[in-house]
Amino acid sequence: MYQTNYHRAASIQEAVQMMGAATEGKYLSGGMTLIPTMRLRLAAPSDLVDLRRIAELKGIAVDGRSVRIGAATTHEEVATSSALRAICPSICGLAGHIGDPAVRHMGTIGGSIANNDPAADYPAAMLALDAVIVTDRREIKAAAFFTGLFETALEEGEIITAVRFDAPAKAAYQKFPNPASRYAMAGVFVARRDNGDVRVGVTGAGSSGVFRHPGLEAALSANWSPDAVANVTVDASDLLTDLHASAAYRANLVRVMTKRAVAAA
Amino acid sequence: MAKITMTVNGRQVSGVCEDRTLLVHFIRENLGLTGTHVGCDTSQCGACVVHMDGQSVKSCSILAAQAAGSSVITIEGLAQNGELHPVQAAFKAHHGLQCGFCTPGMVMTAVDMIQRHGSALDEATVRAELEGNICRCTGYHNIVKAILAAAHEMGGARQAAE
Repeated sequence: MYQTNYHRAASIQEAVQMMGAATEGKYLSGGMTLIPTMRLRLAAPSDLVDLRRIAELKGIAVDGRSVRIGAATTHEEVATSSALRAICPSICGLAGHIGDPAVRHMGTIGGSIANNDPAADYPAAMLALDAVIVTDRREIKAAAFFTGLFETALEEGEIITAVRFDAPAKAAYQKFPNPASRYAMAGVFVARRDNGDVRVGVTGAGSSGVFRHPGLEAALSANWSPDAVANVTVDASDLLTDLHASAAYRANLVRVMTKRAVAAA
Repeated sequence: MAKITMTVNGRQVSGVCEDRTLLVHFIRENLGLTGTHVGCDTSQCGACVVHMDGQSVKSCSILAAQAAGSSVITIEGLAQNGELHPVQAAFKAHHGLQCGFCTPGMVMTAVDMIQRHGSALDEATVRAELEGNICRCTGYHNIVKAILAAAHEMGGARQAAE
């Protein structure tokens, strides 16, 4: 790891000031991606601004069907929140299958979303749940937030403070993990609203990162059943090919994960 | 360089290290507690697991500076008054190791797992929760047996105390 300067912020305002004073700073949350990346010398921020102890970024608030999850809330806290489980168990299940227990004790929802790894789980949920990403400056719809591989709409120095969404009538997430890394080779989050609207968020498969699939959404809006996706075409030309799986294989996985998710919802 | 203060195994400790120093190196090199191992160096193997503020974490993926002010328990902090912790005793009784390199991380992960699940812990859960700990010798069977036995014993001990 290259040299870096560590700063611990006690408030959002202080974090912004610390970042402003840094030459090439990075915000640090759980660090479960950033620290390993720095160790591989693939990232070399001059300064790290630790957000993990900022009280205003912590906590889960559930009010009726409205959910607000603070950005520095860990995967473990999401996975084990009884208030969240009562109205949206799918997000708890997703969080409980990220990494391993030790990673879930550190990793945070804000960090995962800000990093926008093309195989991360949370971005698929944010799209399917029509979530709003709240920052220290504005609110951004998930659809406008994820802009490409490891790319988001965040500006220099902008901090995610929370995510907000309304719990859907039914939802589930299913992923096909890579047998070695356990990252999703395809992960699908389905969410159905009371009015029958369906959103399908797909991670791990897209060559430009997480995406919604209009064909699957139309089929499931017309008929909410695992069989409804049997004849939907998933175009392989926009999907990733790597040593683990071809685009055609991933296209099939997307359909299979969608079926499983609808069956589990 | 930064002066770091934290509580390790119940004792307040301080040390001077670089901001980029990993917690595992601070524990091993500044404090001389070499029970915590560095295995894969890619945050997958779990040989470096310690508890920070009551939860299992991978000390190779956390900066010492991030842990400043926290309470850390390492493998050296488990045994009390010369008596092995029930999880350590169960690993010994069930021969939950061969070369032993992964054992400190396995034991720390097991203690955390039992704290969260109690005696309700079942085999499928143990195997799922060992996701982040790799053993290249044993095939895991005796590790799983040891954890289940310890969970049972610790659950029983808790009931007896109540």
